[in-house]
Amino acid sequence: MKKTERIIGAEAVVRSLLAEGVDIAYGYPGGAIMPIYDELFKYQDQLHHVLTRHEQGATHAAQGYARTSGKVGVALATSGPGATNLITGIADAQIDSTPMVCITGQVASHLLGTDAFQETDVISISSPITKWNVQVTKAEDIPGAIAKAFYIAKSGRPGPVLIDITKDAQLAELDYAYEKCTHVRSYKPVPETNIEKVKEAATLINAAKKPMIIFGQGVILGAAEQEFKAFVEKTGIPSAWTILGLSALPTNHALNVGMVGMHGNYGPNKLTNECDLLIAIGMRFDDRVTGDLSKYAKQAKVIHFDIDPSEIDKNVKTDVAVLGDSKDTLAKILEFVQPKEHTSWLHEFRAFDNIEFEKVIDGQLNPTKEGLTMGEVLQGINKATDNDAVIVSDVGQHQMMAVRYANFTHTRSNVTSGGLGTMGFALPASIGAKMGAPERDVVAIIGDGGYQMTCQELGTILQTGTAVKIVVLNNEFLGMVRQWQQLFFDKRYASTEMINPDFVKLAEAYSIPAKKVVKREDLQGAIDEMIACKTSYFLEVMVEKEDNVFPMVPTGASVSDVRLS
Amino acid sequence: MEKKLYTISVYSENNLGLLNRISTIFVKRHINIESLTVSASEIENVSRFVVVVNMTEEAVKKIIGQLEKQVEVIQAYYHTDDEIIFTETAMFKFKSDLLFENPQIQNIIKEHSMNIVTVNRTFFIVEKAGRRHEIDAIYDAFAPFGIAQFVRSGRVAISKEAMNIRKILGEIVQ
Ligand SMILES: Cc1ncc(C[n+]2csc(CCOP(=O)(O)OP(=O)(O)O)c2C)c(N)n1
Repeated sequence: MKKTERIIGAEAVVRSLLAEGVDIAYGYPGGAIMPIYDELFKYQDQLHHVLTRHEQGATHAAQGYARTSGKVGVALATSGPGATNLITGIADAQIDSTPMVCITGQVASHLLGTDAFQETDVISISSPITKWNVQVTKAEDIPGAIAKAFYIAKSGRPGPVLIDITKDAQLAELDYAYEKCTHVRSYKPVPETNIEKVKEAATLINAAKKPMIIFGQGVILGAAEQEFKAFVEKTGIPSAWTILGLSALPTNHALNVGMVGMHGNYGPNKLTNECDLLIAIGMRFDDRVTGDLSKYAKQAKVIHFDIDPSEIDKNVKTDVAVLGDSKDTLAKILEFVQPKEHTSWLHEFRAFDNIEFEKVIDGQLNPTKEGLTMGEVLQGINKATDNDAVIVSDVGQHQMMAVRYANFTHTRSNVTSGGLGTMGFALPASIGAKMGAPERDVVAIIGDGGYQMTCQELGTILQTGTAVKIVVLNNEFLGMVRQWQQLFFDKRYASTEMINPDFVKLAEAYSIPAKKVVKREDLQGAIDEMIACKTSYFLEVMVEKEDNVFPMVPTGASVSDVRLS
Repeated sequence: MEKKLYTISVYSENNLGLLNRISTIFVKRHINIESLTVSASEIENVSRFVVVVNMTEEAVKKIIGQLEKQVEVIQAYYHTDDEIIFTETAMFKFKSDLLFENPQIQNIIKEHSMNIVTVNRTFFIVEKAGRRHEIDAIYDAFAPFGIAQFVRSGRVAISKEAMNIRKILGEIVQ
């Protein structure tokens, strides 16, 4: 028998979090979660609670923390509006497979279903966007629910989990003892790897003349970067990344051929439709990656490595599916693949790179126009951080420019809202990202639109003294939407022009050193000053108003119809 | 690929919120559920959902993947009609007078070997378990006389092949 202690449910919540190794949590208090906050006050030496300025900010901060640290992010909120404000972040974590545990307070159990003050059915609301959720109405069920939540959130394909705890359960006493969860009988986090499939895949790889790899976040989530690199180097296969796979392989690696998808690089998009073997690793063939599925890699055999069996054949028919944990499957296949070089095939990618450089990249990095480009800002950040910052991007043109032009040396350095495309993600996520990787330079790249969705989190930066570097690329437009209006709606700029406040004053109001750059000659100096600054720093860069992101695969087009202008 | 009737059987933990999770998997993809039943299964604390859908095999396979992805789903299967034994139950209520005024009603009851559930002065209720087309035929036969109430259950089905849930639970446990 384990020794138990008589404590109340709210204390059991905090003790359970501590037992899971949680030392930081993000949240916002309110009536139905006050007993838990009272215990957080008592345990503040062991568990740092970060008060965000909005519950959405708490979820994004928890996501940012999870993405850089590899640990589970934790967010807390009260019932009703507190709980509903979590929803965007939960949906974002679900689609991007981010491990997160959300704890919400709920009205007392005798009031459930009475439309009590601040009662919302957060279990029903969050069901389609959580990996698992549960309502706890009895104090004695709290430790078990939290143990199960952490196990589910981080095992297999990670995801968000929500625990809704009624106020009476927080206040009632229980005999507390904590036991970590190591299995749930109905749940199989990692499917068994069939070694025959590994061998079949290796046979295809060894025979391929023009193989191509597309890697996704599965490499990072499986902590398989070493195994992946060894596999790539032994097979000599050109490797392209999805937006969430970015940073799993250093940008300057000889076999890294860039990004696939809507604003991906020219070569990997074009050559997806010319390779003879497509090897997908921990990615899910999202529509932004594939474009028109009926014209996607039809000539190629497809191998799909994934931990989630439901991803196999979901969008693209697979010839060989290798199920399992990427760390394990990549280590296994390494034994069966032959060392190879694909020099002339790799050269085809580089030839497309040259075209892209001439038509697109050169104009971004060595502009002849007067207006500043987003690309040159990213280039300046690469320089100031020695290609080794954590880049947290928001959603829009600046996001695509950030992932296209930022260079990465280490894994877990690219934090962005990939699947949901949540504007407002970056500022709060950067706070969590910095807390999850305190020794690293964390630079948030945000548009003037998205910045104003969550800029109240400047208050969180002020209060916690988190040294994030905030870069707003101001084009005075909701740029990505404006780009589509220009290209597909005859320049009818419906509600995309922005009259903005004085962002520098806004940052200064929060005691954050701030600067605005309008001229090219001031840019690198300001970036260097920002990176050298020991505290948080805000940099606004006025960029070309009507610049566009290219290459572009228009919606519904084939990846090989990627446009350069 | 052609659409067909598929009977999906889902074994799951007996959990309150799961019905919601399972139904949204169908609703999100605009899949019409022809019928849905939830009941206990042969294993204690394990529920069984039987869902009938009309779709292509390719689509039903993807649905099975999504169902099995749910943490509390133990296993999901799909079957065509010839791979299962299945039935539905229907109940019909009539005014008692009809029984005496229309002897044909008694003939229909006999012809289809229906059970008489209850009879009293004001109404009587008959019941029949069978396939959809049999119940439809009975309905059509009764309709001219005026049916006071009609209800039909969802399909319940048992597969011809074994569904080794106990074994799966055992395998997952160790
Ligand atoms: C919450 C949310 N609302 C709306 C959108 C649609 N959307 C995608 S990009 C974009 C424009 C973003 O503008 P801005 O933040 O200024 O960045 P830019 O594209 O100019 O770099 C919009 C409105 C979204 N992705 N998220």
